[in-house]
Amino acid sequence: MSAVRVSGLSLRSPVLVAAGCGGRELHAWSPLDALGAVVTRTVTLDARPGARWPRVVESPAGLLHATGRPNPGLEGFLAGELPELVRLGARVVVSVAGVAALPGQSDGLVPLARRLGALPGVAALELDLATPEAAHQGLLSAEEPHAVALAVGAVVRELPPGVPLWAKLPGRPGVVAAARAAAEAGAGAVVVGGAVPAALPDGRPCGLSGPAIGGVTRRWVREVCDALPALDVVASGGVAGVDDVRALRALGAVAVQVGSVALHDPAAPGRIAAELAVRPSPSPDSRGGAA
Amino acid sequence: MSVHVTAEVLMTKRIGAHQHLTLVAPGVGELVRPGSFLAASIGRPGEATAHLARRPLWIHKVQPMAGYGATVQVVVEPVGPGTRWLAGLAVGDRLDVTGPLGRPFALPREPVATLLVGEAHGVAALQLLAERLHERGCPVSLLLGAPDEARLLPDLELRRTARSVVVVTADGSVGQRGDVADLVGETLRRSEAQVVYAAAGLPALHAVARAAEEHGAWSQTAVAMPLPCATGLCQGCPLPVVAEDGVQRTVRGCVEGPVVRGDRVRWDDLRAQAAAVPGPVGSAGRAGTRP
Repeated sequence: MSAVRVSGLSLRSPVLVAAGCGGRELHAWSPLDALGAVVTRTVTLDARPGARWPRVVESPAGLLHATGRPNPGLEGFLAGELPELVRLGARVVVSVAGVAALPGQSDGLVPLARRLGALPGVAALELDLATPEAAHQGLLSAEEPHAVALAVGAVVRELPPGVPLWAKLPGRPGVVAAARAAAEAGAGAVVVGGAVPAALPDGRPCGLSGPAIGGVTRRWVREVCDALPALDVVASGGVAGVDDVRALRALGAVAVQVGSVALHDPAAPGRIAAELAVRPSPSPDSRGGAA
Repeated sequence: MSVHVTAEVLMTKRIGAHQHLTLVAPGVGELVRPGSFLAASIGRPGEATAHLARRPLWIHKVQPMAGYGATVQVVVEPVGPGTRWLAGLAVGDRLDVTGPLGRPFALPREPVATLLVGEAHGVAALQLLAERLHERGCPVSLLLGAPDEARLLPDLELRRTARSVVVVTADGSVGQRGDVADLVGETLRRSEAQVVYAAAGLPALHAVARAAEEHGAWSQTAVAMPLPCATGLCQGCPLPVVAEDGVQRTVRGCVEGPVVRGDRVRWDDLRAQAAAVPGPVGSAGRAGTRP
């Protein structure tokens, strides 16, 4: 068995699908009921049309992406995607983001948390604070520890016991302080990594994902795991195969999200989870190279 | 229904500017419908690749071959790093493919007259369609175009199904001089078609949709655009449409397309987004990721 516990939740597998890389379509090639969890595409309170074209552009061993987080809003998500994912047997972690709001205005996170936390099909929420183009897209971003704590605290207060919040924090200098702040504000786990800040060929801010950033993820996962050994850390970014998962687990991550590899090979998440179940630890010859 | 499999190159042949590949892709051929496509992964199966985006290819023909089941033929125009890799594959080489994918052409219930409009390697999307329409007793007229003779797909098999054929090239090397967009109105009027099917560049598709409106015909347009994942996961192929409820929406070109009703597409918005990206004018296939 390869079941793991993350923020008090028991998950079938340490292999999860990252936000924005897996929906019900993935089930045809990677059965969702065999994965640890599916993190949904990021949902905001109101529907968003998404960014202009091009949104996703190939880069050496990576993908540049600035989708603008297109999503049907909370009501559309509850009517369509969520019941579909639950029907397919997925463990659902809902990625949520706030919108950048002026003082006194709502960023939308409180109503999102209130509604989603009350639904039996929602295992946990993942608060996205790691979008590299957040400011450009009018989304809430939190870099300083106090801002992370404020956003995390606001969401955690609305969630019932048993529905944990994961805080997704960008891998960069300062991530340890941000992770500590998130944990102290009540986050059950931190997701460390995500896309690396980059720019599209036309200069618009975007994120870089894919094997190109695997080493970046390892660096920050290692720092957070070493500094905060009691905190559940989920790694995200640049995972291309089962050896990457084993290496990140060896560094202390309890679970690992796979993302862009599913865009290149939709059967990969299922295959990685199956391989990991057979042999969870790094083999002696892969440890040196991957970690 | 579609599958993700490792395919093997059974034959490869250069015809004009295109490479025609015959693939043994178990399970794909049996599921193909006219207008569906195949997504190819660039790079040897199981090995790391620098090219993460998928390359969508129209399924040209499906042919049962003794010992191989239903083989699948695709047409590749080698113009970027991915398509050049595909064109360079030798007999016996392997590649990962997912397919068949996408919403196919809708076939008429009654034996009505039809016009099929194809441009360059888009003509590949029309072969199976023409056969199905012919079987149903639908008279088929053809309007085929290309920049020059080298990029005009061989049309002998298509002609067998057709009542009339008009060929047009930009340089006048074969057929009339001009382009598809200029001739579609007149060809539609003469064919008395009630349904127009088209696989072409955006200006030609736009002209098809407009001509169909003017003549009271239905149009089914196969929109070619870069599809980073091709499986509905990445939100990288925004297709602006007017939904059935009259609301402007952005759908995914890979899942809700590639075939859409011409009167549903917001052509000006689609052409504007394509034009905003450096590359040959109107060539959706060249935007963003280099094919």
